Amino acid sequence: MASHESSFRPTSRAGKWIDDRLPLPRMMHGQFVDFPTPRNINYLWTTGGLLTFFLGVQILTGIVLAMHYVPTAADAFNSVEHIRRDVNYGWLIRNIHAVGASFFFLAAYIHIARGLYYGSYKAPREVLWILGVVLFLLMMATAFMGYSLPWGQMSFWAVTVITNLFSSIDAIIPGLGTRIVQWLWGGYAVSSTTLTRFYALHYLLPFVIAGVVGLHIWALHVVGQNNPTGLDIKSPADAVPMTPYAVMKDVFALSVFVLIFAWFVFYLPDYLGHSDNYIEANPLNTPPHIVPEWYFLPYYAILRAIPDKLLGVIAMFSSILLLIFVPWLDTSRVRSAKYRPVYKWFFWLFVISVIALGYLGSRPAEPPYIGWARIFTAYYFLHLLVVLPIVGVMETGKPLPRSIAESVLGKGASKQRASVGGVS
Amino acid sequence: MIAIGYARVSAAALLLAIAFGAGVPAFAAGGKHVQIDRQPWSFAGLFGKFDEAQLQRGFKVYTESCQRCHGVKRLAFRNLVEAGGPGFSEKQIKSLAADKYKVDSEPNDQGKIVKRPAILSDLIPPPFKNEQEARSAQPGGALPPDLSLIVRARSVETDNPFYLVPFAMVRDIVSGYQEAGADYLYAYLTGFKPPPAGTKIPEGMNYNRAFPDPHMTAMPNPFAAGDRDIKYTDGKPETVDNYARDVTAFLAWVADPKLEERKRLGLLAMGYLLITALLLYFAKRRIWSKAH
Repeated sequence: MASHESSFRPTSRAGKWIDDRLPLPRMMHGQFVDFPTPRNINYLWTTGGLLTFFLGVQILTGIVLAMHYVPTAADAFNSVEHIRRDVNYGWLIRNIHAVGASFFFLAAYIHIARGLYYGSYKAPREVLWILGVVLFLLMMATAFMGYSLPWGQMSFWAVTVITNLFSSIDAIIPGLGTRIVQWLWGGYAVSSTTLTRFYALHYLLPFVIAGVVGLHIWALHVVGQNNPTGLDIKSPADAVPMTPYAVMKDVFALSVFVLIFAWFVFYLPDYLGHSDNYIEANPLNTPPHIVPEWYFLPYYAILRAIPDKLLGVIAMFSSILLLIFVPWLDTSRVRSAKYRPVYKWFFWLFVISVIALGYLGSRPAEPPYIGWARIFTAYYFLHLLVVLPIVGVMETGKPLPRSIAESVLGKGASKQRASVGGVS
Repeated sequence: MIAIGYARVSAAALLLAIAFGAGVPAFAAGGKHVQIDRQPWSFAGLFGKFDEAQLQRGFKVYTESCQRCHGVKRLAFRNLVEAGGPGFSEKQIKSLAADKYKVDSEPNDQGKIVKRPAILSDLIPPPFKNEQEARSAQPGGALPPDLSLIVRARSVETDNPFYLVPFAMVRDIVSGYQEAGADYLYAYLTGFKPPPAGTKIPEGMNYNRAFPDPHMTAMPNPFAAGDRDIKYTDGKPETVDNYARDVTAFLAWVADPKLEERKRLGLLAMGYLLITALLLYFAKRRIWSKAH
């Protein structure tokens, strides 16, 4: 863990007793109270707290829902309606869980974009970043299986379409893809068996996520937080203690985010979903347009942009797996895009591409959408594989401030004013 | 710092002004989706509530025009008495259930299941025993869907060009637009018009302008008998337009019986969070004032 002198002083006898045996309070104090936080972090650094909060919300509401939900094809849809109509405040818990998934992803996307912009993946934060990509993949798996549980038309057909992707492996090893798909389904079609195993995994994975979140936070506290300048903390004046400074900022940001979240929970509970999911699953009736939840749309657009099924599947999975290699694909020595005048523009082009792919993923796979999806898909991969390595080498960065404190307080800041709180 | 804050606020204000003031066209000419007009529903918006009299009329329209083919299998008789609904009296619904509906009894001492009059806790029995019976009763063999969730299972597709999509989204999110299903259902129920010249309507199908392309639906016009076919007892004009509106409002309640509770609690939650956010903002400023 990042070294700093602890201000932890147990005062009570019981406190001293436990401190000599299991210094958990000392660790919590060191990591979450007087942990040095860069004094210049902006509101984008509150998204980590938001994500932790939403993981907790999803687990808590999910456990309550699990007490009333029935994971069989015959009763799943009815049990969700039972929760909405007959369980006390069931409608509220269900809305929080369903809308919560969307806001979880919204926070994750902001969190990832922040990491990409400020170069938070660069040494020594590679492992921290890779753990983040692992979390993102786990979240996607959990959300995908969770979406199958209401067993509406979109649930059923999304499961059918996505699990069927694995059959494309037949193009390499004939028969293997089909076997994998049957193994996933637990039979020869998407059925009650499929739903029950997805439910079991949907209950399991959040706890795996919680474990990896623990590692993610551990790795973060070893190397310390990045910040808008991308500079390391060099002197006590560069940092403020996490409590109350960063914590207060996190809590305020959380209250605003939850305010917007509550607007959706109470006034727009169906806005982020699809109306077809209020129709019970019917294997004999395919909906006219099968679309995934909004947070999967960019990858869905990439999948459909490639005319070949197998290559499309490979492109879709590699669009996320490539993120693992970003710390080495980016050759620039400057962390923050704030001081990278050329890369900055490419970064925004990348963001626009992902949003455009999201829009195109919601449209039918036909001209002119499909053509645009190919263009933006091409840029997505160009950005990661070509722009990141080349721009990093060619670009001349802007001059960096000498320290974090200088970037906040200006050059003439006096030492006395600069050092605050318990960090000294 | 203040200047930047001001610029940001004005940018946000400008965005809102564009979204509302300029009025986003809901339908771009030449698109393939039908324009579905937004209707003034009493249950829309922040303070939306169902109109009890309208739900009672809607229930009457449902029983007289829809129930012969369509069930509302998720609705129990007791729901018709509960708060946030049509507000029938317990006596009214008890006698309605007992007089008009028969349900399977629990097995008696000999294991026989007989029919008994319905009671408040029973679900409203659907008109057909199963899908096969429902299909065989229709001239074209189509399945009349259950209407318990029909309002939430329908939406409105628009042909907004991509650059208007963000504005349409902001408008719908800020105004809390959640009534697309009701708008569609009303448009559908009033959409049985004579087909455009030259359109061939196959046997057993009907033209409906609101139904997605090619505008053919197996359901015949439920209000074909026209105005004054269903009697209202509260003086509301007996028109097809009112029948469609009232039955849509009723089905919107059936699909979302907790709407009033949701909006009431929402108001409290928003107020609480707003005040909390403000207090936290001032606390945050005070704490950070030492660090800048």
